[in-house]
Amino acid sequence: MSQEPILTIRGLHKSFGDNHVLRGIDLDVQQGDCIAILGASGSGKSTFLRCLNFMEIPSDGAITHAGKTIGTERPGKPRVYSEDELTKVRQKVGMVFQQFNLFPHKTVLGNITEGLRIVQGKDKASSDARAREELARVGLAEKADEYPSRLSGGQKQRVAIARALALAPELMLFDEPTSALDPELVGEVLNVIRGIADEGRTMLLVTHEIGFAYHVANRVIFMADGIIQEEGPPEQVLKNPQNPLTQAFLARHKQFEF
Amino acid sequence: MEYTWDFGSVWEYREALWVGLTNTLRIFVICLFAGLSLGLAMGLARYSVRRWLRWPAACFIEFFRNTPVLVQIFWFYFAFPILAPFEISALMAAALGITLNSAAFSAEIFRGGIQTIDPGQWEAGRAIGMRYREIMARIILPQAVRRMMPALTNRGIEIFKMTTLASAIAYADVLHQARLIASVNFNPIEAYTVVAIAFFVILYPIVRATYALERRLAKGD
Amino acid sequence: MYEWDFTAVIENSGLLWQGLLGTLAITGTALAFGLPLGLMLALSRLSPRKWLAWPAGFIIEFFRTTPPLVQLFWFFFALPILMDIQMTPYLAAAITFSIQSSAFFAEVFRAGIVSIERGQWEAARAIGMQRPQAMRRIILPQAVKRMIPAFTERSIELMKTTTLVATVSYADLLYQANELAQKTFRPIEVFTVTALIYFTVIFGLSLCVQAVERRLAVSGDSTVR
Repeated sequence: MSQEPILTIRGLHKSFGDNHVLRGIDLDVQQGDCIAILGASGSGKSTFLRCLNFMEIPSDGAITHAGKTIGTERPGKPRVYSEDELTKVRQKVGMVFQQFNLFPHKTVLGNITEGLRIVQGKDKASSDARAREELARVGLAEKADEYPSRLSGGQKQRVAIARALALAPELMLFDEPTSALDPELVGEVLNVIRGIADEGRTMLLVTHEIGFAYHVANRVIFMADGIIQEEGPPEQVLKNPQNPLTQAFLARHKQFEF
Repeated sequence: MEYTWDFGSVWEYREALWVGLTNTLRIFVICLFAGLSLGLAMGLARYSVRRWLRWPAACFIEFFRNTPVLVQIFWFYFAFPILAPFEISALMAAALGITLNSAAFSAEIFRGGIQTIDPGQWEAGRAIGMRYREIMARIILPQAVRRMMPALTNRGIEIFKMTTLASAIAYADVLHQARLIASVNFNPIEAYTVVAIAFFVILYPIVRATYALERRLAKGD
Repeated sequence: MYEWDFTAVIENSGLLWQGLLGTLAITGTALAFGLPLGLMLALSRLSPRKWLAWPAGFIIEFFRTTPPLVQLFWFFFALPILMDIQMTPYLAAAITFSIQSSAFFAEVFRAGIVSIERGQWEAARAIGMQRPQAMRRIILPQAVKRMIPAFTERSIELMKTTTLVATVSYADLLYQANELAQKTFRPIEVFTVTALIYFTVIFGLSLCVQAVERRLAVSGDSTVR
């Protein structure tokens, strides 16, 4: 595969005040990649993901999306980003949050059509049709007119996934999508995500589900101390890790795997 | 139209304003102490286990919270003297109205503050053999007052602002004096601007202090 | 022992009714202007632009910290000289209470807006919404619901504060009561009845507020003060 990467990240840094969370990350994401990002809490993995659709504005470095580097370069200073530009990027990069963040004052259908109608300016009929399509994909067609408060956590997260997919993003970001769920609800959400991955959609996934990462991802990244410590196919990173930090992390998690 | 500001004429009457300010402070101090003390008593009565205490307190609180303070002041100034066997000055009428009104509002603050204290504190007090009065005075109130400080300070600020209503029945507070000055030298702009700024300068630091206090309590609790 | 006699009050009850209408009129006017103005002030104060946030913050703090009667006197006596306009008691009262209540409403709006979880902002931005879109479509509709009790409470405060207009001869309930008391020499009856009218209207409104608050509490929605 000598294709142009869909996403290129170079020298990405992020600080919150004195707290230097990301300390220089480089990564190329190819079309169709499913990348699982692992790491202990505080490793910077969520911040990294959130930088990719500019929920957090990078303190330094450059992100190139479909051949276009986002933001404007300034000599000797971090790049500046215009709200207009970021708004466009975010429509092409879907995001699913740990806490779902559904809009409680809108129905399930309303949650999904919101972006189509308000951001993309589509009419009601085609937005509704598109939303029902995505709802059917996540298996919640019959819940279209419910309010989010009536749904289980797993159903909420599936609606959130449909909301992101409805905008036809070129890239999907999942930020610990099952961490806020009761254990018995994790499976239904992982199944939906797996279905999306099997369609060949490009995605990055921050997760604690090592088994899921092993079976679904084609690349696994292990992060610690704000940098990528180890990166490769799941076979290699999860079964035969080279970096002692990765080994320690996996050893800690294996205790609970069985 | 170009207006030429002239604060000199206000400066000329600074002594009248000063007298007004001391009168404002006088009624403020009276109402603050009387209002908060009566408010504490009413708050405790409202929270009491005895119905004959709870009921009248509730009526008092609801009545004075739900009528305008200026109506209360007018009542005490124009109506009450006919019923009362003694003379009622403007200061007394205004102070009565503002005090009772503030008592009703602060009673609710005290009641709310006392109710936020964990019931376990009562049990702990009783478990070591303390009486109701002792538990309230030594365990509950000291904790509650800390939490109530922002609300009580706000009440104090409201009382200070309310004192201007006394001018409506010709009590010589700072606003009344400003009105006098404006009528003798025909420049209401300067007179009222000075009074507005004076209130802001006096109260705003206290407002800022309550913001800081609220932030500190929000972090601490 | 004083002998109560309400005949004079009953015969002249029309005056008091007119006064109550005057009170409602000035309260309504102040609400009609104060609410939108308050929203504008709140949005300005929350704006990332300092040149908007700063003046809005000053107006809010100034009008919350100075006594409304001073403001009323300023607009009634001072403003006409500065602006060269014909000032009426109604206009002065309308200006004063619109601005004064907007300062308080602004803080209610602000409290409601900042009470909405960060995740709602993030979700809105993640589907490509710009800040004003997210504010209008996602944040405000949720915030307003939480603000309802605080709003009604503020409106009741506003109605009580409008009694100050009597001091600049606007014919509200208190002003009419004062006139009637002087005419009939029955201040006790007149002012007692007036207090009861205010109590009935305001307490009735408070009960409605409490009912709304209970309904919101049952539906599990939090409210802001």
